[in-house]
Amino acid sequence: MSDTPAIELRKINKRFGPVHANKDIDLVVKKGSIHGIIGENGAGKSTLMSILYGFYQADEGDILVDGKKVTISDSKAAIGLGIGMVHQHFMLVDNFSVLENVVLGAEDSALLSGGINRARTELKRLEDEYELRVDPDALIQDLPVGLQQRVEILKALYRSAEVLILDEPTGVLTPPEADHLFKILEVLKNEGKTVLLITHKLREIMAATDTVSVMRRGEMVATRETASTSMEELAELMVGRSVLLRVDKKPAQPKAPVMEVENLTVTDSRGVQVVKDVSFIVCAGEIVGIAGVSGNGQSELLETLAGIRRATRGTLKINGETIDLGTSTLDAADMRAKSMGHVPEDRHRMGLINSFSEYENSILGYHRDPAYSRGVLMDLAAIKKNAVAEIEKYDIRPPNPMLKTANFSGGNQQKIVLAREIERDPEVLLVGQPTRGVDIGAIEFIHRRIVEMRDAGKGILLVSVELDEIRALSDRVLVMFDGKIVGERGSDADEGELGLLMAGVEDNNKMAVEGGAR
Amino acid sequence: MSAGQLPRWVDYGLIPFLNLAAAFLVSGLVVVLIGENPLDAVQLLVWGSVGYGEGIGFTLFYATNFIFTGLAVAVAFHAGLFNIGGEGQAYIGGLGVAFACLALDQIVPWYITLPFAIIGSSLMGAAWAFIPAWLQATRGSHVVITTIMFNFIASSLMVYLLNNALKKPGSMQPETRTFEAGGRLPFLNDIFPSFGFGYAPVNLSLFVALAACVLVWVLIWRTKLGFEIRSFGANATAAVYAGISPVRTIVITMLISGGLAGMMAINEIMGSQHRLLIDFVTGYGFVGIAVALMGRAHPVGIVLASILFGMLYQGGAELSFEMPNITRDMIIVIQGLVILFAGALEHMFRPAIVKLFTPSRALAAKEA
Repeated sequence: MSDTPAIELRKINKRFGPVHANKDIDLVVKKGSIHGIIGENGAGKSTLMSILYGFYQADEGDILVDGKKVTISDSKAAIGLGIGMVHQHFMLVDNFSVLENVVLGAEDSALLSGGINRARTELKRLEDEYELRVDPDALIQDLPVGLQQRVEILKALYRSAEVLILDEPTGVLTPPEADHLFKILEVLKNEGKTVLLITHKLREIMAATDTVSVMRRGEMVATRETASTSMEELAELMVGRSVLLRVDKKPAQPKAPVMEVENLTVTDSRGVQVVKDVSFIVCAGEIVGIAGVSGNGQSELLETLAGIRRATRGTLKINGETIDLGTSTLDAADMRAKSMGHVPEDRHRMGLINSFSEYENSILGYHRDPAYSRGVLMDLAAIKKNAVAEIEKYDIRPPNPMLKTANFSGGNQQKIVLAREIERDPEVLLVGQPTRGVDIGAIEFIHRRIVEMRDAGKGILLVSVELDEIRALSDRVLVMFDGKIVGERGSDADEGELGLLMAGVEDNNKMAVEGGAR
Repeated sequence: MSAGQLPRWVDYGLIPFLNLAAAFLVSGLVVVLIGENPLDAVQLLVWGSVGYGEGIGFTLFYATNFIFTGLAVAVAFHAGLFNIGGEGQAYIGGLGVAFACLALDQIVPWYITLPFAIIGSSLMGAAWAFIPAWLQATRGSHVVITTIMFNFIASSLMVYLLNNALKKPGSMQPETRTFEAGGRLPFLNDIFPSFGFGYAPVNLSLFVALAACVLVWVLIWRTKLGFEIRSFGANATAAVYAGISPVRTIVITMLISGGLAGMMAINEIMGSQHRLLIDFVTGYGFVGIAVALMGRAHPVGIVLASILFGMLYQGGAELSFEMPNITRDMIIVIQGLVILFAGALEHMFRPAIVKLFTPSRALAAKEA
């Protein structure tokens, strides 16, 4: 190992119009190390990595690879310099085999067979060297996400990457899969590769990296040896002030059930059962958390209860009224009328219309409410008045109801959605991923609001893929795997145990499930 | 991302102006190529369209057609639908106007007939848009495909009806009888003789078109239905989340769009031709797409774009008359260039303009 850094960035600047996404960034990544870059959403991590991978050009500043100044004009140039990237959303062709995906874009000749055979040998060597075992002939669509990610890593190695950038790699993984990934990274490091790990999860930084750099608002605020820092210090560096990592809440005082779901089965458009015979109860005054790795039916469960998706069968009792979900034609507006609020998992795709003004989004779904309309017309004065009140109460910044929601930060966008749904005072609130892509400061605020709502005697169903969030907020935890509820635990649930349940390991405490979900 | 944010006057003023300037520049080159003086040509075109009363009258007459078809396309745009069936919907809308006029022209004055003509034309236009709308909403058949196919069906249907059912007895012309006074809208020249519109067919339906602009503005930006239409157009998933029915929104929007397109027939049939005849739409439905694009799907922009295209139609006719080298086809080429630059290449200058405007602002913000 030489002392020349694998990557060195000097005074990198990047502006998007008035937004200064990267300010005078200096970064030195040592060869053969795992270097973490942590920061809140919008801190500029992804921009920086995109500059390194050639998606964007820096306005100013130098990039040095192996001590030599380089220009990275596109991703091809980055690959040529030995930089590989594993994207947050995999860039794989689902109905191609592992081998075909690895070769894709590096076929070497017009005819496939030569390249494929060479790739097969090379893949075998890589698998042995790095313990990255994947069946080269398996189709991507048949592989679990953890293995798909491995294919992405193999792809980069096949293109002889010396530096591997991983962008939020654990978002889709179970805790055991994440641990396995970290082991792979360790092997890569020992083989002399350099790894850049981008994440907003403090725990992963502590578990996997040698060095960590913290970004805040486009600036590189600190670089630390991981061994000589702590989660608290990093959190403070990320936010710029000290933060409470735990949620302060009193024990729940559940009352009568407000929502009872029985034998709910949902089939998706491909005819696959995504929710399988699920039953549970949510009581007034409690938060029920649904833990699970993304894609195990939680999203579909939430959307079905919200009236967005149709169920195959099942019943829903809400506020004493029984609805046969298998035959009901109730849509989202009807469910809202039954006092069911819904903070959707994906605010960009579903919760907000980003090209609309804040005030227009503040009534999305409630626009037919007589309070906001006069006959067929919208009562813009009443709508804006309400928007201003919500902005003040939820400290939404900038406090401008005329601004397009696209121009708010993630945390403030989420507050807009939350304000809209909570302020209608529903009896039941469905909450999906309330703090995904939200900065730490806003997370505190959002968690507090949800707990306040519980304390006001409402029933809350929380779906999150962040196990920490589930454990911090929930009074009861249900674990979903493969469309089924595979276990139930109390608020003091052990993380390791939940992790195993999320990974589909049989629950040896079956009684808890059979006892109904309560 | 606020990178694309520009001052409003740039977005709605400078960029369309640049697009137009580019279109005229290229057109000028074409004029030079065929050996005429482009400056003279521009002068003729402008003079022919707005230089004298009758020219203005023709320009406004064409503009009336474009306002209706432009609004039709714009309303559908707001729901994310691309209604390119304005041509057929306007054609069939002619039936509604003709029915009202043929039934009433001999018994009541025009101002009684007009409401029926409006209702008839919009109902017929809407009906013609209904089947594509329904197929899109429930079957996912793309409206671009179905509406354009319906243009052809409309064309054949009208030929059949005019030849076999509506033709004046004893005539060889595939057209209805000429309407009496009760089926004719007053020409503006008769109402405002001092403007000197002369023989230009511009008529009262211009005001119907302007009223439609106001109503569309209210619909889109002030009503709950408009909110639902815009929500669905901007983010269909969020619309479903908000309890907005896609089927209902698609069908209603297309009905409104088709109705507006159908109303174009009032101007042509009741305002100018005073009889229903073959091929009276002659491309107004398609130009409406360019009008809506150029007018940014906003009624004010549509009025301005309609006047521009009205000028091109009228001034172009004048130009080809005065400069025999510039044939009717050349005029269509010029119109095509305007559509190309204002519509298809709308964003060509945008990145450069964004660059031009943002660094100074960012620097100003930094220094502040």
